[in-house]
Amino acid sequence: MSQDQHDPAEESFSNSHVLDPAATQDSQETINAEMQDIHDAASGETQPRVNFPPYRSSLYRHPTKSMHHADPETIELWSPAFGNRDVHTLESDLTIQGQGEPLGERIVVRGKILDGDGRPVRNQLVEIWQANASGRYVHKRDQHPAPLDPNFTGVGRTITGDDGSYEFTTIKPAPYPWKNHHNAWRPAHIHFSLFGTDFTQRMITQMYFPGDPLFSLDPIYQSITDQKARDRLVATYDHNVSTHEWNTGYYWDIVLSGSNRTWMEGDTDAH
Amino acid sequence: MRIDQNQLDAARSGDERLVPTPGQTIGPFFGYADGYDQVHLPFRDGNHLVNPARPDAVRLTGTVYDGNGDPIPDAMLEIWQADAEGQIPQETGSLVRDGWTFTGWGRATVDNVGTYTFSTVNPGPTEEGKAPFIHLVVFARGLLNKLHTRIYLPEDTAALEKDALLSSLDADRRSTLIAERRADGSLLFDVHLQGEKETVFLQFPGIEYPDHA
Repeated sequence: MSQDQHDPAEESFSNSHVLDPAATQDSQETINAEMQDIHDAASGETQPRVNFPPYRSSLYRHPTKSMHHADPETIELWSPAFGNRDVHTLESDLTIQGQGEPLGERIVVRGKILDGDGRPVRNQLVEIWQANASGRYVHKRDQHPAPLDPNFTGVGRTITGDDGSYEFTTIKPAPYPWKNHHNAWRPAHIHFSLFGTDFTQRMITQMYFPGDPLFSLDPIYQSITDQKARDRLVATYDHNVSTHEWNTGYYWDIVLSGSNRTWMEGDTDAH
Repeated sequence: MRIDQNQLDAARSGDERLVPTPGQTIGPFFGYADGYDQVHLPFRDGNHLVNPARPDAVRLTGTVYDGNGDPIPDAMLEIWQADAEGQIPQETGSLVRDGWTFTGWGRATVDNVGTYTFSTVNPGPTEEGKAPFIHLVVFARGLLNKLHTRIYLPEDTAALEKDALLSSLDADRRSTLIAERRADGSLLFDVHLQGEKETVFLQFPGIEYPDHA
């Protein structure tokens, strides 16, 4: 089979930019200028734009019509219930899934899940997934030539405590290249999947590490046009979460959009 | 970031709400890993709210399309619904399907041609005379935040007429939210992220979609 008859199912790092119609050879400077223009015209936004052309994959994947305002009804005022039946305690430690220790910097990420009124989100499912210490995901479509780690899958789950707290032990992920534009690199991040008390609060986001030099260059992070809002995705280094001769520590609180339920007296108690 | 005690006190006393953490795209790497039993977000039987062999099992299926009309091969969908009697499930156990417990929630990834499939039951009306619907949330690579919508059952036309959301939409837009019932009892519901047939997506109080006023 010649090069130009390449089977599209056989994706490799060298041809995947062809298979991904959104991948471009644009320069970082081009992307930066586009991001700057959008930021200059925006102010005070709290969520990412779904229409953010510097993130090329978003071009044909965002709604163009107005979001339709709706009042949540019945089922939407509740969330599915998860508990210890669903998740084993050990699933929050991503460093013990293999036969041996994974490579990289062992970290603990700890924080609370709250709603807009400061109520802790209790007994809810938190899922994370991430690249390893070399910037590689365990995934058939990640062909970045960095080593896989046989002792690290990069996947964890936990159930929040009564005070909305969660904690994961993992390895600090590395940045990795992607095909949005020429020489594009994602800042190191951990993906978080979250449930609230209402299904309308369901969200997926990414946690970043403080001081990452790639922040200003990344169209996914910069799709949030306001610096204060972007800062909400960045964990804080916390020496109280670090432990002696074992791990460094990060702290990250997550706030879900407000619950629309009618809460009873006592439900708002701080624990 | 850390929410400090002053912010927390202000939120709990009702003075100033905490601003929600922004969403981000699910990215490309949420859903597949060769040689591992259970990794990333998809899990065994995640799309089977009930065993497909059950006599009352309903197949809910459709395709997710982009603005060019091309199927999207890397989306993840979740549904959340009442049971056949209209009761809201609060049983745990979604992640370890025992084949008997109806938890009301399911997760499916689309295949290479953008098609998703759930096995579920027809939700009953949660109140007398209400139009039954399945809530759907969509995540995808290239989609920077989650999108919510509703999948209405087509049968109870009187209830559909009276539905607050549907009656606020013109006929074309409204039709994007009503599933098609096929002869074998299955429900067909396509999702169009963009374009002429763009699905109506919902914005609930408390979340902002900037530039989508």
